[in-house]
Amino acid sequence: MKKNIDIHVHHVTRVEGHGDVLLNVKDGKVEHVALNIVEAPRFFEGMLRGRAHYEIREIVSRICGICACGHALASIRASEAALGVEPSEQVIDLRKIVLAGENLSSHFLHIFFLVAPDLFGVKSVLPLASTHRDIVVRALKLKKLGNDVSDVIVGRHVHPITMDIKGFTALPTVSALRDVQKQIIEMIPEVIDTVDLIASVADRIPDFKRETEYVSLGPIEGSNEYPFYDGIIKSSEGLTYYPAEYRKVTNEFITPDSTAKHCKHLRDSYMVGALARFNNNSDLLRPEAKAAAEKLGMIAPVHNPYMITVAQLIETVHIMYDTVDIIDKIIRRGILDEDYSYQPRAGTGSGAVEVPRGILFHHYTYDSKGRMENADCVIPTTQNLENIDQDFRKLAPMILDKPEEDISLLLQMLVRAYDPCISCSTHQLNVRFK
Amino acid sequence: MSKPRIAFFDFASCEGCQLEAINFVEEFLVLLGHVDIVQFREAITEAEWDIDVSFVEGSITREQDIPRLKEIRENSKVVIALGACACTGGVNAIKNTRPLEDVRADVYGDKKDWFPTFPTRPIDQVVKVDGYIYGCPIDRNDFLKNVQLILQGKKTLRHNDPVCVECRLAEIECLLTLGKPCMGPITRGGCGAIDPSYGHPCTGCRGLVDDPNENAAMDVLAEHGLTVEDIRSYMTIFNSFRPEDIQ
Repeated sequence: MKKNIDIHVHHVTRVEGHGDVLLNVKDGKVEHVALNIVEAPRFFEGMLRGRAHYEIREIVSRICGICACGHALASIRASEAALGVEPSEQVIDLRKIVLAGENLSSHFLHIFFLVAPDLFGVKSVLPLASTHRDIVVRALKLKKLGNDVSDVIVGRHVHPITMDIKGFTALPTVSALRDVQKQIIEMIPEVIDTVDLIASVADRIPDFKRETEYVSLGPIEGSNEYPFYDGIIKSSEGLTYYPAEYRKVTNEFITPDSTAKHCKHLRDSYMVGALARFNNNSDLLRPEAKAAAEKLGMIAPVHNPYMITVAQLIETVHIMYDTVDIIDKIIRRGILDEDYSYQPRAGTGSGAVEVPRGILFHHYTYDSKGRMENADCVIPTTQNLENIDQDFRKLAPMILDKPEEDISLLLQMLVRAYDPCISCSTHQLNVRFK
Repeated sequence: MSKPRIAFFDFASCEGCQLEAINFVEEFLVLLGHVDIVQFREAITEAEWDIDVSFVEGSITREQDIPRLKEIRENSKVVIALGACACTGGVNAIKNTRPLEDVRADVYGDKKDWFPTFPTRPIDQVVKVDGYIYGCPIDRNDFLKNVQLILQGKKTLRHNDPVCVECRLAEIECLLTLGKPCMGPITRGGCGAIDPSYGHPCTGCRGLVDDPNENAAMDVLAEHGLTVEDIRSYMTIFNSFRPEDIQ
């Protein structure tokens, strides 16, 4: 049967920001399928020009309410590289906890609030509040745990207060760290239960495969750490780069349908985020997370983008145990009173950090007074947009025989799987001052 | 009596204020028992009109935002500006301080005409607003207090005492004396002086108090060793919007 389909989902729900899904089929042939980003551009670049080094991270954390700490960290790392500032070991450990909290909070929000309703066949988490109240309470508790982990270091997850270039304006007490560590340990069984829960509904995750290039941080030489805070850029095609070379990977381009830019490297598109990290670095996961992966049937490389959510869940197990260890390390060392002053200078530098949705790059040039001359920022969702479109082009012809409602749902579920952060992706920082 | 029907909407913003609204467990579940959430795109798929209270996050930055905001106003008994972007324009208004053509060209180069934009404005420059919940992000306790007031049909808290008042009450060491560019003297309170409580200067995210004495504040900052350039820059992180920008 030659079918005509015209789907236009205006403002896909349960994603961060505004995007539309379009599918036009004529006589059984897909003419157009795309995710269009219709979010209002915010032009962050104009906000940074001429601004002092200490104002930058204040402004850029406002790019995103979900990954505010990740933006602040990528920003701080770029500033430190540019200004020639070295953070202490204590500062790096504390930053890793901040990032851990944010990844936990964002992953749990995505797994429970944005994706789970599709797996349970409901429109949102709200009806689950009466039918599966225990799950909703667990969801809220785990999401809050992530926030609490960040809060103990930075005061407030949206938007971090204490985190600055070189150090912090205030340090946590040992007892506050112990409290949050205890909370994490107490919640580990809830996460393991969640692994079992998702394993029980895994057959409802659509089966679709498209091999692509996977880009994430990889371990720095000699390290066996699953990298979030520190690393080199790693492609599944076998190439590695230093963070300062990020433009060789991102190659941004502009399309008229989208207020966000698109990216590609060696293939037509590439993927970043939890599944890319899992595919590139799963051998570095902690044993507990490897066990969760086995339970969930995940063996790298996984080529089904709907499994991004499952990779996130595996990462939460890793992060919970890892953060307990980092806190132990900090407590053993004791909280040190350090000097966090520094002198600005002229320079250029890059920062690359793994935030919930993938690798995030900030790149800055400062003048001799420490005022911003040039800033560039490449967001994970921007890097994923072309990959989503390529997935759409493969998926759409395969599902045309389904009812229109199901086609629409499968396309929307694919968008949701990527956990796009659309506000972020349109909040470009590309500044090329003449 | 039927439960009030509430909705969340967003324009140019980071959506962090909506997230803060669901960042407390017990209170959120209690709130759910007292209201029906009828629109909340970030969290739910259902979408219904006929709304009692709309919380609107984000600033208005382009022509196509205006009819959408007016539609929300027409379908809502009460409209509340949620967070700095909606209340004062927030960081989005920094772009108003440079020629728009330059700003667009910086991001999109020769493709700049594909992405129209206009000077950033708070939502009350487009529609009538019944109340304000300030801050970047909103303060959780302040949000809950205001929601109680709104659901009782009362006005939101104006917070016309500057952050300094709360800072003094909390006996926090004055950051101005440490040479830090603190906006506390002219910024609306209600946040419990959260930034200074962590040793961080106030950034002015809640907007300026009514009739702020900006010149006096600049004199105070200058006395503590900051340059006029530094002070002007810091003052405009959250407070760039001027009504004349859109005339």
